[in-house]
Amino acid sequence: MSTEKLKYERPAIRKMNTGLMNKFGTRTEYAPFTHIDGVSVKELISNYGSPCFVISERTIRRTYQNAVRAFKTRYPKVQFAWSYKTNYLDAVCNVFHQEGSWAEVVSIFEYSKAIANGVPGNKILFNGPEKTKADMTIAIENGSYIHIDHFDELYDLIEVTTELKKSAKVAIRVNMDTGVYPMWDRFGFNYESGQAWNAINKIMASEYLDLVGLHCHIGTFMLTPSAYGVAASKLSDLAVNIKYVYNKAIQYLDLGGGFPSANTLRGSYLPGSDVIPTIDEFAEVITSTILNYGYKKEELPLLILETGRALIDDAGYLLGSVIANKRLSDGRRATIMDFGVNILFTAFWYEHKITPAQEFSTHTEDMVLYGPLCMNIDVVRQSVTLPALNKGDNVVVHKVGAYNMTQWMQFIAMRPKVVLIDTNGNHHIIRENETVDTLKEMERLPEHLNTFDL
Amino acid sequence: MKIKSNLAVSDSGFIFNPSNGDSFSTNTVGADIILLLKSGKSFEEIKKEIGNKYEVDDILFEKDFHDFVSQLQDYYLVSND
Repeated sequence: MSTEKLKYERPAIRKMNTGLMNKFGTRTEYAPFTHIDGVSVKELISNYGSPCFVISERTIRRTYQNAVRAFKTRYPKVQFAWSYKTNYLDAVCNVFHQEGSWAEVVSIFEYSKAIANGVPGNKILFNGPEKTKADMTIAIENGSYIHIDHFDELYDLIEVTTELKKSAKVAIRVNMDTGVYPMWDRFGFNYESGQAWNAINKIMASEYLDLVGLHCHIGTFMLTPSAYGVAASKLSDLAVNIKYVYNKAIQYLDLGGGFPSANTLRGSYLPGSDVIPTIDEFAEVITSTILNYGYKKEELPLLILETGRALIDDAGYLLGSVIANKRLSDGRRATIMDFGVNILFTAFWYEHKITPAQEFSTHTEDMVLYGPLCMNIDVVRQSVTLPALNKGDNVVVHKVGAYNMTQWMQFIAMRPKVVLIDTNGNHHIIRENETVDTLKEMERLPEHLNTFDL
Repeated sequence: MKIKSNLAVSDSGFIFNPSNGDSFSTNTVGADIILLLKSGKSFEEIKKEIGNKYEVDDILFEKDFHDFVSQLQDYYLVSND
């Protein structure tokens, strides 16, 4: 008769300290993370490989609907525009478009993606510092909203519209002091120096530019709702002056994005979920500032939001596996994962929450988590307290939906599959993994380099 | 290599070193290894006993064992006589 053997866990020992704070923080993982929206993590890895990104459609929709509720219950005219640069996988964009979101793009590449996805031209906001005359022509023909970033672009636009003899719907991007430093002043026209007002006068004097909106984007991962109150107030000041001087009502105020997700910033003392304001706090300060500014009821501008990170971060997971364990010269445990900063770009600024995907004991170890790249910068977590992980064990990295699937690098390794779990629990590949052929397809070898003799 | 004879080791993995007052906790596999080392078992004997009790192959256990012993040395829990 054979008896069943016990589950093995790597032997580990930990010195017990009393009185001193453990600089790595306390244990954070109490239960394995085995399923995403009811689908087994192990099953996902066996079907799609490790590493792979997984996106929860249910979480996207829930987060979006919550943000819309926060604003629409406080203000009568609200429109969200999906920030393509945050995650421009077509499947992700289309979930937002199905929910009613317009598109906010910052390059002709993103613009083309939005058009290909079927977004009507007049529901695309074209931001960003680089728009060629050819890009402008396309946007004008499609009736898109062009957000002017600098005077050179403004003069180009005047030239293009004059040549085409067509009117363009434009807004200017305004930068300003909102009390949050460093101030973001590299994009748009400055409010305090009078530059924004100069740009407005120039636009109003032009024949074909129709100033319909005012835009700002005051920063990223903003932790201070009141800064948005300052921004809304300064944009409203411009709008009210335009009405006074030119008798023209501005159709929309675009407050941009920058709301944080619940990730923990590197160096932050408290976890992100404990310090970030809720979406309702941002909504409250923005909408009450505009409502109290003194617009006539029929001229209340549409409020546009280009929220990216806060709407998608929670919906993204990265599944990965342990390649190896080793011990560093100072005795610290190092664990090497099969994903690194090449695909988890946000590891540079977040302390990502990472959970084992299988049962573990209560014993934990302080460790460094490295990625698979042969590069010193490839550190996923500088210090993290996790249960003993064995080679081949699986982990889940949480809140990786924003920026990773757009800023990832094809460097040393190739980019993995991205899988979407729909609201019925079915999973779909929404981006294939790269292969050597994918990359070689773009290379050209001059004939004289075809052969060599070693 | 031997575990220091004056160490107090409980079945649950709590270790106390009376010579300097340090205390440690280990997981169950770690506690088993320390108790086996303390009883004077050789690596081969320990590998066999652990292999009979847990779901582990010899190569993985050998890697983990040597890593674990290096930690015990770092904590001055073994004597090299």
